[in-house]
Amino acid sequence: MGRFLARRLVLTIPVLLGVATLVFSLIHLIPGDPAQAMLGEAAPQSDVEELRRQLGLDRPLVQQYAAFLAGLVKGDLGTSLRTGLPVTEQIVERMPATFELAAAAMLVAILFSMPLGIAAAVRRGTVVDHAAMTVSLAGVSVPNFWLGPLLAIVFAVELGWLPVSGRGTWAHLVLPAVSLGAALAAILARMTRATMLEELREPYVQAARARGVSRSRAVMRHAFRNSLIPVVTLVGLQFGAVLTGAVITETIFAWPGIGRLLIQSIGFRDYPLVQGCILLIALTYVAVNLITDMLYGVLDPRIRYE
Amino acid sequence: MTKVGAAIVLAAILAALAGPVVMPFNPSDQELALRLEGPSARHWFGLDELGRDILARVLVGARISLLVGLVVVGVSSTIGTLLGSIAGYFGGIVDEILSRLMDILLAFPGLLLAIAMVAVLGPSLTNVIIALSLIGWVGYARLVRGQVLRARELEFVQAARALGASIPRILGQHIIPTALPAVTVQATLGMGGAILAEAALSFLGLGVQPPTPSWGTMLSYGRAHMLEAPHLTIFPGMAIAVLVLGFNFLGDGLRDALDPQAQRHS
Repeated sequence: MGRFLARRLVLTIPVLLGVATLVFSLIHLIPGDPAQAMLGEAAPQSDVEELRRQLGLDRPLVQQYAAFLAGLVKGDLGTSLRTGLPVTEQIVERMPATFELAAAAMLVAILFSMPLGIAAAVRRGTVVDHAAMTVSLAGVSVPNFWLGPLLAIVFAVELGWLPVSGRGTWAHLVLPAVSLGAALAAILARMTRATMLEELREPYVQAARARGVSRSRAVMRHAFRNSLIPVVTLVGLQFGAVLTGAVITETIFAWPGIGRLLIQSIGFRDYPLVQGCILLIALTYVAVNLITDMLYGVLDPRIRYE
Repeated sequence: MTKVGAAIVLAAILAALAGPVVMPFNPSDQELALRLEGPSARHWFGLDELGRDILARVLVGARISLLVGLVVVGVSSTIGTLLGSIAGYFGGIVDEILSRLMDILLAFPGLLLAIAMVAVLGPSLTNVIIALSLIGWVGYARLVRGQVLRARELEFVQAARALGASIPRILGQHIIPTALPAVTVQATLGMGGAILAEAALSFLGLGVQPPTPSWGTMLSYGRAHMLEAPHLTIFPGMAIAVLVLGFNFLGDGLRDALDPQAQRHS
């Protein structure tokens, strides 16, 4: 077990380094002079020179890269061009909002998808099954940047039940969480159905029924519990999609998280802040994938012996 | 469902090709007096904030969406198939380097990397296509690599090798064709994904720039008038959802038809 975890951890190091390198090189992909691009064409040459020095762009590439990595290790991601505040500070401030939204969206997804998937599997081939799967395929196809405004039109504007935007109370969380969680719910429902169908076919379920266990107990206590392992993994692997979706959802609902910060800083050409946001989202994604992988190894001993 | 998907996709292609030709309105014609007017017998989808016919714009937008989907899927599946088969066939250090590169690209949620690239390259249709293609190939490469690893050991491939066939011939004639059904399924589903991604980037202001009508851009402008003119939001969004659903139905159906393993779950 220890060896499995250690190996998985070591394998993450080159990926982390690759992510950092890619984020570092972003600023160098800017066509022309990055400092000029950030300040605009009309900026005086002296300002451009000053910014170039401040960003370290006047130094050799290797030195810039070394400084970037060294800063990263210390949690120093540079200074925002617009506010002059440390990038790390601004991101840390926005993190709780994004994690709150992501967690709520995943909760919504789980609450909707599990009953749908189980019902479809148990009533396989019936109208219930077809309806559940059509709804879930539609859920994957509906973009959250359409669902969000539609929900806002109905529940905030027409009915007046929920606030249109902002963060604060539980009510503020409902529309963003539902619009962000819908696609995940759709994917999870399909996965739950597929794994439930596999488990329901297993001899242990039939043995339980033969011993006189009721149908609902056989489904829920036996089949459903075992079908959870791949579903839990999928929840972890889909976390990246939820984080990216949050960029859009936060923009729609004016939710003060990292996604909105990212889009705002792109608008202001505040590249250090753009780099910081992207790095943080990617690192979170890598970390969640790592945890999911490890959990899977713990839950299912067969994985370790690969 | 496969037939429904195929019908939707076919209808969308026809509408994109013929629609703008037969429409009585130009997507940039303005009737300022009627701006934000709702659907009517004359303007089926209503008019937008500048008094332009939304149906005409949705039809031209379909061209953009289908174009992005086709180019992105075409480029990324070609690059992916090529690199995936090279990694799978040669193994060793080549495979190691390519696989690590794929790991790094997969460490980013796809759309996030596209946002990052377009943010630095500048917002435009071309840059959206470049960004989505540079990210999209990884999925195909992974898939093809796995297929090639398996096909490499098959008897007819060994026989071709024993007969002295060249490597390009073995890959092109014998190995890659075994991976094509899986690539076709992925490409069909990838069309939906690319269309969604382009719309998302345009919605965020990072994709197609106005006045070119793109469904994502239309949705983004519609938000400002959500209260008094919800039709600005409803119709472009419906177009995206229906077309993506069409590709998903089609892809799902193809998978069931081409992959007997998956059929067990359906």
